[in-house]
Amino acid sequence: MALELKNVAKKVGADVHIHPTYLRFEPGSFNILLGTTLAGKTTLMQMMAGLEKPTSGEVWFNGRNVTGTAVQKRNVSMVYQQFINYPNMSVFDNIASPLRVARLPVQEIQSRVGEMAELMRISAMLDRRPSELSGGQQQRTAMARALVKDSDLILLDEPLANLDFKLREEMRDELPRLFAERNCVVVYATTEPTEALLLGGKTAAMHEGRVVDFGPTAQIYRHPSSLESAKVFSEPPINLARASVKSGWVLLDEGVSWKADKGLADGSYTIGIRPHHVSPVRQSAKSVIIEGKVKVAELTGSESIIHFRAHDHPWVSLSHGVHPFETGRFARFYADMSKCFYFDADGHLVDLACAGKAA
Amino acid sequence: MARITLKNLKHAYMENPVNDEDWALKELNLDWDDGGAYALLGPSGCGKTTLLNLISGLLTPSHGSILFDDHDVTGLPPEQRKIAQVFQFPVVYDTMTVYDNLAFPLRNRGVDEATVDKRVREVAEMNDLTATLGNRASGLTADGKQKISLGRGLVRTDVNAILFDEPLTVIDPHLKFQLRSKLKELHTRVPNTMIYVTHDQTEAITFADKVVVMNVGEVVQVGTPKQLFEEPHHTFVGHFIGSPGMNVLDCEVKDGHAFIAGKKIATANKAAAKAGKSEIGVRPEFVKFARHGLEARVVKVSDAGRFSVVEADCAGGRVRLLVEEGGAIPSDTAHLEFDPEATRIYTNGWLAGREGQP
Repeated sequence: MALELKNVAKKVGADVHIHPTYLRFEPGSFNILLGTTLAGKTTLMQMMAGLEKPTSGEVWFNGRNVTGTAVQKRNVSMVYQQFINYPNMSVFDNIASPLRVARLPVQEIQSRVGEMAELMRISAMLDRRPSELSGGQQQRTAMARALVKDSDLILLDEPLANLDFKLREEMRDELPRLFAERNCVVVYATTEPTEALLLGGKTAAMHEGRVVDFGPTAQIYRHPSSLESAKVFSEPPINLARASVKSGWVLLDEGVSWKADKGLADGSYTIGIRPHHVSPVRQSAKSVIIEGKVKVAELTGSESIIHFRAHDHPWVSLSHGVHPFETGRFARFYADMSKCFYFDADGHLVDLACAGKAA
Repeated sequence: MARITLKNLKHAYMENPVNDEDWALKELNLDWDDGGAYALLGPSGCGKTTLLNLISGLLTPSHGSILFDDHDVTGLPPEQRKIAQVFQFPVVYDTMTVYDNLAFPLRNRGVDEATVDKRVREVAEMNDLTATLGNRASGLTADGKQKISLGRGLVRTDVNAILFDEPLTVIDPHLKFQLRSKLKELHTRVPNTMIYVTHDQTEAITFADKVVVMNVGEVVQVGTPKQLFEEPHHTFVGHFIGSPGMNVLDCEVKDGHAFIAGKKIATANKAAAKAGKSEIGVRPEFVKFARHGLEARVVKVSDAGRFSVVEADCAGGRVRLLVEEGGAIPSDTAHLEFDPEATRIYTNGWLAGREGQP
């Protein structure tokens, strides 16, 4: 049961919400839509579900064109960021409702609801009304209802965004396990790169209504095919700098240079280097010194995030341990250029330099 | 600006509290320095909002007192406490300009226009609102509006403290990052007493000089981010702070030393000879694969980019450890070693040797 978007596009008036997009999600796969708010994740999902009609292109499911098929006839489950429950029903009845609609035997309903409640840690709440639960418990009730039936397609639109930090961590850990034995297609939208990485599966990086990259999540993270994809997949934001390559040397606007990797042609590039490769301590022989004025130092207990400005560009350094910096002071950072990405004038990744080692 | 002192403070929403669990906020003694940046951190229902409301005066405590610079304000209504508050959702007058929104708290208190103008421009500059001062607030995005709310919290010069109640909830994650840095920067420029309530460890830790960690109506630790990370005083702190949180394993205690599966575990503290549940706490950052140590079996590896989170079954429990990108991960059986400096014994949840002391 594969889901295929064949050049699906969405326009509202003159505004393009989704540019023509081709995507294929395999049966039993876990797929992530990663991008900021307004990147087009929700619109794309609504077209997958049949809640929105594409302006052009087709949606195919299980080898069938379902573009015109109503959502009710598609066997789709959806979970939204804002949880929705039946207020006058108990938690048990809320979760059981899709199974009752499908006329499953009472015994099976009992066992399936119990199993799902266990997984969502709401077993003790089954007799209560949603209004008597915390926000997190209400969201888990909504998720349990969406997941309890055997849908062919499960769409989760930032389902953990409203949960407490710790609960989010636990649910993120358990979710992939939930789908491991199913043959359905799961699509999960998130704005957080780390969440995408931990969930695994495949990721479609989205930016301004376009899918700018698609592939196995870890691969997209380590080899973003474009500048846009690298930006979508970096938190804190990836450091970018203009570089020129001439006679075997790379020269940054920041005034530093290093020996270019073999095969890197002369010309102008944008280099991208993730914050954890910019450190107050030297990490490799290929580290170059970037000096800048410290704007803010955030100490997270185990890590330090230092924002600084060098050559009138914002830079971010993320390093292990606590490195207190006084704001306003000039400080020295080491950027490990063996880990940087080179993007050409069109924003495409130059493959040779980074393949196999950058991250 | 003021130093805030909480003295034997406790609160119950019911009339005659009898049991421990009847108290929404258990007895609490705290001193907050003038000009400090503090965070109240804990899961929903831990009592942090109750505490915030007691400070702002929206609630009167059932017991104890609140002092601003040694002046008892326990009986004072909110408007006499000179507190600025920033809420979860932006509170903005849509029909007014950004300028008038920022000026509102000052004009409301009869401040002269020259001073109003000076303050509004200062605060606008700090919040990157200078370019939009003449615009109507209605056209702004959620983060733009919340910047106005922050600005209004900062504009008064006569406040004792500024309280933030989960102010970044409605903000997009990639903008959260900017606003978080902004708040931190603002505190360095406006050295006011600031109290920030959140359930998000990252927000609390990046903002605050000192974090007050709460759980079920009780303060379990007050410390710098570094202290909370390096020496959790309670297993809850170890679990709640850090991602993933601290590993907690059952252990036996003999002569003050900890044993797991018959093996002695080197720890930074000793346990007192008294009854109770004994556990070992060690963060994933301080566990590594080794030739010797506790036997374990790797059951899951999650690639988080910079590092992998490895889960292993060990001594009847589950241990998580972090392995740097590119580091070797045994595929099946392995041995785990805990860094003795960062491994501690906990008795009934509390750090052994300082039971019950946040």
